[in-house]
Amino acid sequence: MGVRVQTDDFDVSAEIAALTEGRTDIGAVVTFTGTVRGTAKSGAISTMTLEHYPGMTEAELGRVEAEAQARWPLQGSTIVHRVGALFPGDNIVLVVTASAHRQAAFEAAEFLMDYLKTRAPFWKKEADGEGRGTWVDARESDQVARARWENN
Amino acid sequence: MTLNLVYFAWVRERIGRGAETRDVPRTVESARDLMAWLCEQDEGYRAAFADPKCVRVAIDQEHADHDQPIAGAREIAFFPPVTGG
Repeated sequence: MGVRVQTDDFDVSAEIAALTEGRTDIGAVVTFTGTVRGTAKSGAISTMTLEHYPGMTEAELGRVEAEAQARWPLQGSTIVHRVGALFPGDNIVLVVTASAHRQAAFEAAEFLMDYLKTRAPFWKKEADGEGRGTWVDARESDQVARARWENN
Repeated sequence: MTLNLVYFAWVRERIGRGAETRDVPRTVESARDLMAWLCEQDEGYRAAFADPKCVRVAIDQEHADHDQPIAGAREIAFFPPVTGG
Protein backbone atom coordinates (compact mmCIF):
# COMPACT_ATOMS: atom_id res chain seq x y z
CA MET A 1 0.00 0.00 0.00
CA GLY A 2 1.33 3.38 -0.74
CA VAL A 3 0.96 6.71 -2.47
CA ARG A 4 3.81 8.91 -3.67
CA VAL A 5 4.11 12.29 -5.35
CA GLN A 6 7.49 12.91 -6.98
CA THR A 7 9.29 14.81 -9.72
CA ASP A 8 11.37 11.76 -10.74
CA ASP A 9 10.23 9.16 -13.24
CA PHE A 10 9.03 5.77 -12.00
CA ASP A 11 9.97 2.23 -13.04
CA VAL A 12 6.87 0.08 -13.58
CA SER A 13 8.73 -3.22 -13.16
CA ALA A 14 10.34 -2.09 -9.92
CA GLU A 15 6.95 -0.97 -8.55
CA ILE A 16 5.40 -4.37 -9.39
CA ALA A 17 8.34 -6.16 -7.77
CA ALA A 18 8.02 -4.04 -4.61
CA LEU A 19 4.36 -4.99 -4.33
CA THR A 20 4.70 -8.70 -5.05
CA GLU A 21 8.12 -9.70 -3.68
CA GLY A 22 7.92 -12.72 -1.39
CA ARG A 23 4.14 -13.01 -1.80
CA THR A 24 2.35 -16.17 -2.95
CA ASP A 25 -1.22 -14.98 -2.27
CA ILE A 26 -1.36 -12.74 -5.36
CA GLY A 27 -2.82 -14.08 -8.60
CA ALA A 28 -3.30 -10.87 -10.55
CA VAL A 29 -1.41 -7.61 -10.95
CA VAL A 30 -2.82 -4.76 -13.03
CA THR A 31 -0.88 -1.61 -13.89
CA PHE A 32 -2.10 1.59 -15.50
CA THR A 33 0.37 4.20 -16.75
CA GLY A 34 -0.75 7.66 -17.88
CA THR A 35 1.64 9.50 -20.22
CA VAL A 36 1.91 12.99 -21.72
CA ARG A 37 0.21 13.33 -25.12
CA GLY A 38 2.11 15.51 -27.58
CA THR A 39 -1.03 17.18 -28.89
CA ALA A 40 -3.71 19.24 -27.17
CA LYS A 41 -6.95 20.76 -28.51
CA SER A 42 -4.99 23.81 -29.63
CA GLY A 43 -2.15 21.86 -31.33
CA ALA A 44 1.26 20.45 -30.47
CA ILE A 45 2.57 20.99 -26.95
CA SER A 46 6.20 21.40 -25.89
CA THR A 47 5.84 20.82 -22.14
CA MET A 48 3.25 19.95 -19.53
CA THR A 49 3.75 21.32 -16.02
CA LEU A 50 1.94 19.67 -13.12
CA GLU A 51 1.15 21.65 -9.98
CA HIS A 52 -0.30 20.11 -6.82
CA TYR A 53 -1.40 20.91 -3.28
CA PRO A 54 1.28 19.37 -1.03
CA GLY A 55 -0.28 17.65 1.94
CA MET A 56 -3.80 17.48 0.58
CA THR A 57 -2.62 15.51 -2.46
CA GLU A 58 -1.16 12.72 -0.35
CA ALA A 59 -4.18 12.78 1.99
CA GLU A 60 -6.65 12.59 -0.90
CA LEU A 61 -4.75 9.79 -2.66
CA GLY A 62 -4.69 7.92 0.66
CA ARG A 63 -8.47 8.33 1.03
CA VAL A 64 -9.03 7.10 -2.54
CA GLU A 65 -6.79 4.10 -1.92
CA ALA A 66 -8.58 3.27 1.35
CA GLU A 67 -11.92 3.41 -0.50
CA ALA A 68 -10.61 0.91 -3.09
CA GLN A 69 -9.40 -1.36 -0.27
CA ALA A 70 -12.85 -1.27 1.28
CA ARG A 71 -14.56 -2.20 -2.00
CA TRP A 72 -12.27 -4.92 -3.37
CA PRO A 73 -10.15 -7.68 -1.80
CA LEU A 74 -6.76 -6.19 -2.70
CA GLN A 75 -3.45 -7.68 -1.60
CA GLY A 76 -1.80 -4.35 -2.32
CA SER A 77 -1.86 -1.16 -4.33
CA THR A 78 0.48 1.65 -5.32
CA ILE A 79 -0.19 5.12 -6.70
CA VAL A 80 2.70 7.24 -8.00
CA HIS A 81 2.01 10.68 -9.50
CA ARG A 82 4.65 12.97 -10.97
CA VAL A 83 4.72 16.77 -10.65
CA GLY A 84 6.84 19.50 -12.24
CA ALA A 85 7.82 19.93 -15.89
CA LEU A 86 7.13 16.93 -18.14
CA PHE A 87 7.57 16.39 -21.89
CA PRO A 88 5.49 14.52 -24.50
CA GLY A 89 5.91 10.78 -23.99
CA ASP A 90 6.89 11.13 -20.31
CA ASN A 91 5.14 9.13 -17.62
CA ILE A 92 2.65 11.06 -15.46
CA VAL A 93 0.87 8.58 -13.22
CA LEU A 94 1.09 4.93 -12.22
CA VAL A 95 -1.54 2.79 -10.54
CA VAL A 96 -0.74 -0.79 -9.55
CA THR A 97 -3.28 -3.14 -7.99
CA ALA A 98 -2.70 -6.71 -6.79
CA SER A 99 -5.37 -9.24 -5.90
CA ALA A 100 -5.97 -12.97 -5.81
CA HIS A 101 -8.10 -12.75 -8.95
CA ARG A 102 -8.06 -10.48 -11.98
CA GLN A 103 -11.52 -8.93 -11.75
CA ALA A 104 -10.82 -7.15 -8.47
CA ALA A 105 -7.43 -5.93 -9.72
CA PHE A 106 -8.87 -4.60 -13.02
CA GLU A 107 -11.85 -2.91 -11.39
CA ALA A 108 -9.86 -1.39 -8.54
CA ALA A 109 -7.28 0.06 -10.96
CA GLU A 110 -10.03 1.70 -13.00
CA PHE A 111 -11.75 2.99 -9.86
CA LEU A 112 -8.49 4.46 -8.54
CA MET A 113 -7.88 6.34 -11.79
CA ASP A 114 -11.47 7.60 -12.05
CA TYR A 115 -11.41 8.88 -8.47
CA LEU A 116 -7.89 10.27 -8.70
CA LYS A 117 -8.77 12.31 -11.80
CA THR A 118 -11.72 14.03 -10.14
CA ARG A 119 -10.50 14.35 -6.53
CA ALA A 120 -6.70 14.53 -6.27
CA PRO A 121 -5.54 18.18 -6.31
CA PHE A 122 -3.31 18.27 -9.39
CA TRP A 123 -3.47 20.83 -12.21
CA LYS A 124 -1.92 20.58 -15.67
CA LYS A 125 -0.62 23.49 -17.68
CA GLU A 126 0.37 22.88 -21.29
CA ALA A 127 2.84 25.07 -23.16
CA ASP A 128 2.92 25.34 -26.96
CA GLY A 129 6.04 25.65 -29.15
CA GLU A 130 6.37 29.36 -28.28
CA GLY A 131 6.10 28.64 -24.54
CA ARG A 132 2.57 30.06 -24.19
CA GLY A 133 0.86 28.27 -21.32
CA THR A 134 -2.76 27.14 -21.06
CA TRP A 135 -4.37 25.49 -18.03
CA VAL A 136 -6.07 22.24 -18.99
CA ASP A 137 -9.85 22.28 -18.43
CA ALA A 138 -11.49 19.55 -16.37
CA ARG A 139 -13.44 17.10 -18.54
CA GLU A 140 -17.09 16.28 -18.08
CA SER A 141 -16.33 12.71 -19.21
CA ASP A 142 -14.11 12.26 -16.14
CA GLN A 143 -17.01 13.22 -13.85
CA VAL A 144 -19.24 10.73 -15.66
CA ALA A 145 -16.57 8.02 -15.30
CA ARG A 146 -16.41 8.62 -11.56
CA ALA A 147 -20.18 8.82 -11.09
CA ARG A 148 -20.72 5.27 -12.38
CA TRP A 149 -18.99 3.92 -9.23
CA GLU A 150 -21.31 5.79 -6.89
CA ASN A 151 -24.24 3.39 -7.23
CA ASN A 152 -22.12 0.24 -7.23
CA MET B 1 -10.30 34.87 12.92
CA THR B 2 -6.85 34.23 11.39
CA LEU B 3 -6.79 31.93 8.37
CA ASN B 4 -4.09 30.54 6.12
CA LEU B 5 -5.30 30.93 2.54
CA VAL B 6 -3.73 28.96 -0.31
CA TYR B 7 -4.35 29.23 -4.05
CA PHE B 8 -3.49 27.01 -6.98
CA ALA B 9 -3.27 27.06 -10.79
CA TRP B 10 -5.11 29.97 -12.47
CA VAL B 11 -6.65 31.05 -9.17
CA ARG B 12 -3.11 31.57 -7.85
CA GLU B 13 -2.01 33.38 -11.01
CA ARG B 14 -4.96 35.79 -10.97
CA ILE B 15 -4.55 36.60 -7.27
CA GLY B 16 -0.80 36.98 -7.73
CA ARG B 17 0.34 34.85 -4.80
CA GLY B 18 0.19 31.23 -3.68
CA ALA B 19 -0.43 31.70 0.03
CA GLU B 20 -1.18 34.35 2.64
CA THR B 21 -2.44 34.74 6.19
CA ARG B 22 -5.50 36.93 6.66
CA ASP B 23 -7.50 38.25 9.58
CA VAL B 24 -11.07 37.61 8.51
CA PRO B 25 -14.11 39.25 10.17
CA ARG B 26 -16.52 37.05 12.13
CA THR B 27 -19.28 37.81 9.64
CA VAL B 28 -17.46 35.58 7.12
CA GLU B 29 -18.99 32.19 7.89
CA SER B 30 -18.47 30.12 4.74
CA ALA B 31 -16.09 29.76 1.80
CA ARG B 32 -18.68 31.60 -0.29
CA ASP B 33 -18.63 34.52 2.19
CA LEU B 34 -14.82 34.44 2.15
CA MET B 35 -14.69 34.73 -1.66
CA ALA B 36 -17.10 37.70 -1.53
CA TRP B 37 -15.07 39.38 1.23
CA LEU B 38 -11.78 38.87 -0.65
CA CYS B 39 -13.36 40.38 -3.79
CA GLU B 40 -13.84 43.60 -1.80
CA GLN B 41 -10.08 43.71 -1.12
CA ASP B 42 -8.62 43.98 -4.63
CA GLU B 43 -8.89 43.33 -8.35
CA GLY B 44 -6.91 40.05 -8.32
CA TYR B 45 -9.55 38.33 -6.18
CA ARG B 46 -12.33 39.69 -8.38
CA ALA B 47 -10.57 38.16 -11.41
CA ALA B 48 -10.05 34.82 -9.65
CA PHE B 49 -13.58 34.58 -8.23
CA ALA B 50 -15.51 36.19 -11.11
CA ASP B 51 -17.35 32.91 -11.65
CA PRO B 52 -17.47 31.18 -8.25
CA LYS B 53 -18.95 27.98 -9.65
CA CYS B 54 -15.63 27.42 -11.51
CA VAL B 55 -13.76 27.52 -8.19
CA ARG B 56 -13.33 24.55 -5.87
CA VAL B 57 -12.73 24.79 -2.14
CA ALA B 58 -10.88 22.70 0.43
CA ILE B 59 -11.11 23.27 4.18
CA ASP B 60 -8.13 21.92 6.12
CA GLN B 61 -7.13 19.87 3.06
CA GLU B 62 -10.50 18.20 2.46
CA HIS B 63 -12.88 18.99 -0.39
CA ALA B 64 -15.75 21.20 0.81
CA ASP B 65 -18.90 22.88 -0.49
CA HIS B 66 -18.94 26.66 -0.87
CA ASP B 67 -21.56 26.88 1.89
CA GLN B 68 -19.74 24.70 4.42
CA PRO B 69 -18.98 26.63 7.67
CA ILE B 70 -15.34 27.66 8.08
CA ALA B 71 -15.49 28.22 11.85
CA GLY B 72 -12.45 26.59 13.48
CA ALA B 73 -10.65 26.02 10.18
CA ARG B 74 -6.92 26.71 9.87
CA GLU B 75 -6.40 26.52 6.12
CA ILE B 76 -8.77 27.33 3.24
CA ALA B 77 -7.73 26.52 -0.33
CA PHE B 78 -9.23 27.84 -3.57
CA PHE B 79 -8.46 26.20 -6.91
CA PRO B 80 -9.91 25.24 -10.32
CA PRO B 81 -11.47 21.81 -10.91
CA VAL B 82 -8.62 19.29 -10.69
CA THR B 83 -6.95 17.87 -13.83
CA GLY B 84 -4.47 15.24 -12.66
CA GLY B 85 -4.01 11.66 -13.82
